[in-house]
Amino acid sequence: MLKKLGIAVCASAMLTAGAIPAQAADKVADELEIFSWWAGDEGPALEALIDIHGKKFPKVDVVNATVTGGSGVNAKAVLKTRMLGGNPPDSFQVHAGQELIGTWVKADRMEDLTPLFEQEGWMDVFPEGLVKLIGTDDGIWSVPVNIHRSNVMWYVPDNLNKWGVRPPQNWEEFIEIAPKLKAQGVVPLALAQNWTANHLWESVALASLGAEKWDKLWTGELPFNSPEAVAAWDLFGKVLDYTNTDASSLSWQQATDMVVDGRAAFNVMGDWAAGYMSTTKKLKPGTGFGWVASPGTNGQFMFLADSFGLPKKSPNRDQAIEWLKILGSKDGSDAFNPLKGSISARTDSDLSKYNDYAKSASKDFSHDRIVGSLAHGVTANEGFMNDFATVMEMYLKTRNSDAAGKAMVSIAMKNKIGQ
Amino acid sequence: MERKLSPATIVLYVVLGILVILYLMPAYMALVTALKSPAEISLPTAWEWPSVINWSSFSEALDLLKPNLVNSLILTVCATALSTVLGSLNGYVFSKWTFRGSEIIFTLFLFGMFIPYQVILIPLFQTLRAMNLYGGLPGLILAHVVYGLPITSLIFRNFYAQIPTALIESARLDGAGFFSIYTRVVFPLSIPGFVVTSLWQFTQIWNEFLWGITLTRHSENPITVGLAQLAGGQAVSWNLPMAGSILAAIPVLLIYVFLGRYFIRGLLAGSVKG
Amino acid sequence: MREVSRDRIKAFLTLLPSIVLIGIFVYGFIGNTIWISLTDWGGVGALAEDPQISYIGFQNYVDLFTGFLEGRFRQDLVNAVYYSVLLLAGAVGLGMFIAILLDRKPMGEDFLRTIFLYPMSLSFIVSGTIWRWLLAPQGGVNILPTYAGMEPLSFQWLASKESVLLFNWQNLLGIILYIAAFILIIVGLLGLKRDPNRAMKRWILPGVIIGAIVWLFGDLLPQAMIMEEMHGLNLATLGIILATVWQYSGYTMALYLAGFNGISQDLRHAAMLDGASEWDYYRRIAIPMLKPITISAVIILSHISLKMFDLIFAMTGPDNAETGHPALNMYLTTFRANDFAKGAAIAIVLFMVAAMFIIPYLISSYRQQKGE
Repeated sequence: MLKKLGIAVCASAMLTAGAIPAQAADKVADELEIFSWWAGDEGPALEALIDIHGKKFPKVDVVNATVTGGSGVNAKAVLKTRMLGGNPPDSFQVHAGQELIGTWVKADRMEDLTPLFEQEGWMDVFPEGLVKLIGTDDGIWSVPVNIHRSNVMWYVPDNLNKWGVRPPQNWEEFIEIAPKLKAQGVVPLALAQNWTANHLWESVALASLGAEKWDKLWTGELPFNSPEAVAAWDLFGKVLDYTNTDASSLSWQQATDMVVDGRAAFNVMGDWAAGYMSTTKKLKPGTGFGWVASPGTNGQFMFLADSFGLPKKSPNRDQAIEWLKILGSKDGSDAFNPLKGSISARTDSDLSKYNDYAKSASKDFSHDRIVGSLAHGVTANEGFMNDFATVMEMYLKTRNSDAAGKAMVSIAMKNKIGQ
Repeated sequence: MERKLSPATIVLYVVLGILVILYLMPAYMALVTALKSPAEISLPTAWEWPSVINWSSFSEALDLLKPNLVNSLILTVCATALSTVLGSLNGYVFSKWTFRGSEIIFTLFLFGMFIPYQVILIPLFQTLRAMNLYGGLPGLILAHVVYGLPITSLIFRNFYAQIPTALIESARLDGAGFFSIYTRVVFPLSIPGFVVTSLWQFTQIWNEFLWGITLTRHSENPITVGLAQLAGGQAVSWNLPMAGSILAAIPVLLIYVFLGRYFIRGLLAGSVKG
Repeated sequence: MREVSRDRIKAFLTLLPSIVLIGIFVYGFIGNTIWISLTDWGGVGALAEDPQISYIGFQNYVDLFTGFLEGRFRQDLVNAVYYSVLLLAGAVGLGMFIAILLDRKPMGEDFLRTIFLYPMSLSFIVSGTIWRWLLAPQGGVNILPTYAGMEPLSFQWLASKESVLLFNWQNLLGIILYIAAFILIIVGLLGLKRDPNRAMKRWILPGVIIGAIVWLFGDLLPQAMIMEEMHGLNLATLGIILATVWQYSGYTMALYLAGFNGISQDLRHAAMLDGASEWDYYRRIAIPMLKPITISAVIILSHISLKMFDLIFAMTGPDNAETGHPALNMYLTTFRANDFAKGAAIAIVLFMVAAMFIIPYLISSYRQQKGE
């Protein structure tokens, strides 16, 4: 009796084990797996795109594979295992720029999208500079869905009035008013976990260096241990003194919450924070929350763009291409971006669908000096960004600007930046 | 031992009472938070009982985690069954059919139990890819079966060591061979061994995370990965991760509460040489 | 007779698949990882279908221990040591204490045992999720004192940037020698009673000499790095250690309890008749008798502390350098920074640390089996 039971258990186990691959093979027919890190508060924007796709192809089963963690910190590792495992998702989110080119295009893992761009007429509707950025001499590698601005400082106007301060125009002003805020028990600048420190650094560095020299860092014309570059770290150190102590345990949303709840005065974060505050927190742009370019960067637009690429060996290539078509279309773009808090990458987007923040960002984008973001993969490849995080940790611990400058030189060499 | 209410006994109970509270604290916190509605969750009142009980956290979390729970169930049942059966056969050989060098092979097996799994992660990853098993549950099952062999073989070896050799000898005299001794004599006696081993394996595999996150695609993620995703994102509505934690814990917790004695035996077999 | 030998072949054949699997999946893979760690597989070209890999010797290891950029790995290693030591102290101490309490056979012993052991059944992801919430700076554990009318605690459990017991990595060599000297002297002192002559010659004297030399000429030792680099016990790790102790002290309790139950009651009565107190009984009789259990517990717990990947991932996320661990660093280095060779090197270092505990243990248990 017991023997039979044992055999039955084994047999059923074998059967189930054997049955799974067969099942998986059946399902492949009508599937589309989209890989991104837009979970939670950034989810609705992605859902809007999936809805459009669902209306067009009701029979296709969309697998929305999200890996949580802001700026893709966790997603990138998971994506790597998927790609290396020879089991790529059909299409995946990636920051436009070196993050894609330096990683996946160099490894020859992406399909050239030039035919798609030509067929859909995208060569004319995307800004030329952007297309140059997502392409190389050999092709165009991803479809941009949005433009985000990295150098924005957020605040709640009513709170600032209450505390008797005004948004600072430069970091010197900030350092002047910060003690006043501290005295009232308010954290002057809310910071979250590590990648947001990288994010803050690029805004501070841009202010300290100016756009010209910022660009020169990435072409190799300005060494990372030059006095100017080290001065950026010095300024960053001063700013850090006015941030919260529990930063590393907070998500970026929680840091934004600190500003919304009146526990902190300012927060430097990309403009997905506008999406979070208006979509999730239901605050009205302009009155519920306010923004300025981060101190000292007025007239400069540090941009980043999310894009989706088509990996080679995508299991449902046809569907993936349909998906990319939706992403690049005007409808798709104008459904997605108002929810995401970003502006459309297309030059012909319907601004009436966007809120006040996006309208102002769109205006800035058209006449500001454009620079690329480091923290979000525009200016440097993934290897550099990962090492930069290490340098940041070192700096947060030691506050040694010279050492940070030297470390930057060696990681730039290792990752072939500016060569 | 006789029991009387001496001061020492009172101290004993007070100390035990405090410890019980400390050990239950996290469970209480998980439950209370899961039962609150998102609006009611705030840090200063974290310990307070919800004013309105919100069961929907559980159904919401269940909706989100259902695929992961199903994956984990398939994974755990298959891998547990296979590794237990193999372990039983190995244990039978290691205890009753020793040959020259079998101890050293056994010791080499045990070594596999103690390695940090990072050390085999890259080759495991490449091998599964080469075998076309990357991404799905079969690959994960294979990994769990192989790396489960040391512990299951150990438990069964120690278990079978208690079966008198005379029993085997007499069966052999009756003309029984290697397999018929196993099926007629050893296997019927090994039900407790199977219970202990499969409980142990079930908990281990259910709780595993590193391979889950590196070796499976999204639709095949086990529960631990699903939960980490749920908890990693928006830290604002903590009721969902807490409800998810409870859901992920329930299968192993039930096993543990109802079959605790066997579980402890598994623990002992896993750590003390028989 | 021939039947028997055929059965032996059958027995071996039954075992053979497992031998092959373990041979490949454990030993073959470890060998492969060692090989990877000696190459330069990493960087931009690492992700190609057919990456260019070449042999570079021990460069990755040299980088890890002395490279300018690998400070995080070194802190992780220091963290791992503290994780292990504090987890061992906490879980063995607390587990033994509870076992002694339960050995008094209080009412509801079964129930109590279940309570103390349930955390062990949870996955690190579950307990990590719950403890992250418990250790939130302005809630959870920190506000507990307010229920007794006291001030809330303000300790930043998982976010503290403070660290104590700092040392300079440059002086690594000297520190290792000091530790070696210390261990030699302690071993010698323990053996002093049994064989004073041998203890002096073999242990204490060399220990004192090494200690003295390092103390006198320590400045002449080569420095591990070109610049000063401080490492220490990061206070942010305490929250993680607390959660691990909560989870695994029940396990050591179960081990000790089983051990105590295995000791004959006569022995206890005999000891009591000799006038020993309860305390004496445990200290002089029960606990020394359970030395094998203590050793197993130490082995298993140090093994667990090397695998804390899941818990740290769930509690502070993979990017919190303060609470880092080599196991986590390996994952990030390999799969996020694309540096496979260095990831493999980290894994091997982790493996060596584990092997230091396990190989002696396995050898001694192998000898025991031979003796059986």
